[in-house]
Amino acid sequence: MSSITVSAAATRNAARRGNAWARRLLILSAWLAFALFLLLPLYMVLSEALKLGFGTFFTSILEPDALSALKLTLIAVGISVPLNLVFGVSAAWCVSKFEFRGKSLLVTLIDLPFSVSPVIAGLIYVLLFGAQGYFGKWLSEHDIQIVFAVPGIVLATLFVTVPFVARELIPLMQEQGTQEEEAARLLGANGWQMFWHVTLPNIKWGLIYGVVLCTARAMGEFGAVSVVSGHIRGYTNTLPLHVEILYNEYNHVAAFSVASLLLALALIILLLKQWSEARLSRLKSAGDEE
Amino acid sequence: MSRRISPVIPGFGLTLGYTLVYLSLLVLIPLGAMFLKTSDLSWSQFITIISAPRVLAALKLSFSTAFYSALVNGLIGTLLAWVLVRYTFPGRKIIDAMIDLPFALPTAVAGIALTALYAPSGLIGQFATDLGFKIAYSPLGITLALTFVTLPFVVRTVQPVLADIPREVEEAAACLGAKPLQVFRHILMPALLPAWLTGFALAFARGVGEYGSVIFIAGNMPMKTEILPLLIMVKLDQYDYTGATAIGVLMLVVSFVLLLLVNLLQRRIETP
Repeated sequence: MSSITVSAAATRNAARRGNAWARRLLILSAWLAFALFLLLPLYMVLSEALKLGFGTFFTSILEPDALSALKLTLIAVGISVPLNLVFGVSAAWCVSKFEFRGKSLLVTLIDLPFSVSPVIAGLIYVLLFGAQGYFGKWLSEHDIQIVFAVPGIVLATLFVTVPFVARELIPLMQEQGTQEEEAARLLGANGWQMFWHVTLPNIKWGLIYGVVLCTARAMGEFGAVSVVSGHIRGYTNTLPLHVEILYNEYNHVAAFSVASLLLALALIILLLKQWSEARLSRLKSAGDEE
Repeated sequence: MSRRISPVIPGFGLTLGYTLVYLSLLVLIPLGAMFLKTSDLSWSQFITIISAPRVLAALKLSFSTAFYSALVNGLIGTLLAWVLVRYTFPGRKIIDAMIDLPFALPTAVAGIALTALYAPSGLIGQFATDLGFKIAYSPLGITLALTFVTLPFVVRTVQPVLADIPREVEEAAACLGAKPLQVFRHILMPALLPAWLTGFALAFARGVGEYGSVIFIAGNMPMKTEILPLLIMVKLDQYDYTGATAIGVLMLVVSFVLLLLVNLLQRRIETP
């Protein structure tokens, strides 16, 4: 009897020792993968940017072409994020609060831009609004330029960022149901009051999370914007396109300097994402306890 | 047409109408225009364009590199998800937060950073040069770039599912004498497979269409390291709009068929 107990304990201990080794090995390999795949590229951006010192770094960032690229990136973000925010709330509202035929099809269509290559996203607007496009003749008669101009860049950015806010809000609002809104209505709130005072506070963190992801993509979009931009320096260049031009001119230090500016923005976005995600999960666990 | 969950919730017509109009104007009509544009071509013309050797080489390259990078992510992603869910260790929070970096970082930045790293004279690339092979400017470099930009997909789909599996099930299996590999094979794999496949499919779809991070590291040699999205770009630069459109349609159709297959596979696994 005792020998059986002893041998059982021995096996358990051996298993534990084995597990501890496996655990160490797995954690170590996770760290290695993380360092190799994520940290090393970050280090590359910074070390290349600062190769010639801070002076060159700041000249490259503050150069007029870089500043106008920054301005255009801000315009694209500033238009596409609010529009997709309104769209996201509207889409999530009808999908999560009502039942109707074709709902799952609608949800699939909302996600569609994620499975379309960015280059195709640019291409479709060239086909519509380019010189040889379906509306090309009409547009040139009225002296309106969309492709190879700012409106095309905004359109392409809009396309690739359509799903972000809707995608975060739909599951959140479906989980929350309609009880609180019903109560507000029965207590005499009108539609807008109900939305502002009941729905919005409930979805706030999900909304911020979606907006953060949307901003990241809008800021960094390259392929779609590249197709419709025409690469006119100081006029239709966004920051990522400016990086490409500098890089292709073998002006590596300037390219990496502008890239490190984008990297800094990306890290800020990660922080904001982390923060809104934490608030969101706190909200969810509070909801679960009720 | 609408069955309201509750009769007092307003705004169905407004929000559905706005959603449909917005989606149609921005997404559906423009995509439709692309399919309309291909109807300029006869079927045999379409086939001639897409069966050109250069197009087929790019097609093969794009889909194979996307497949391999999704596979690599399937391994690394599962490892990272496992470690992040099951263990507490120094730096866990940092890794967890930084996993999403590839989604936040503009792809062009990723592209030039990886090129600097893996170019023949780069920090890592020089070792490959010593050993007599190239990482950047070869399909291997393309796969690496795609692995970077799609890294979060598998981690983020597997992580929540893994966190929801009760530890007791594994412990029970271990107590009944199952070896760690058996526990993995019979307990964890069936539970994780649908999420893993979703992550794989998302990474694969993104990889096929990815442009920004790849063009810097690829070298862009026709027939050798030219990806499909770049070929569309080349055709556009030559004002060959029908050619670009035909390749675009081909890409969309092939990706949709593949995603549909993955979806079917997933359903078969979920409902045995």
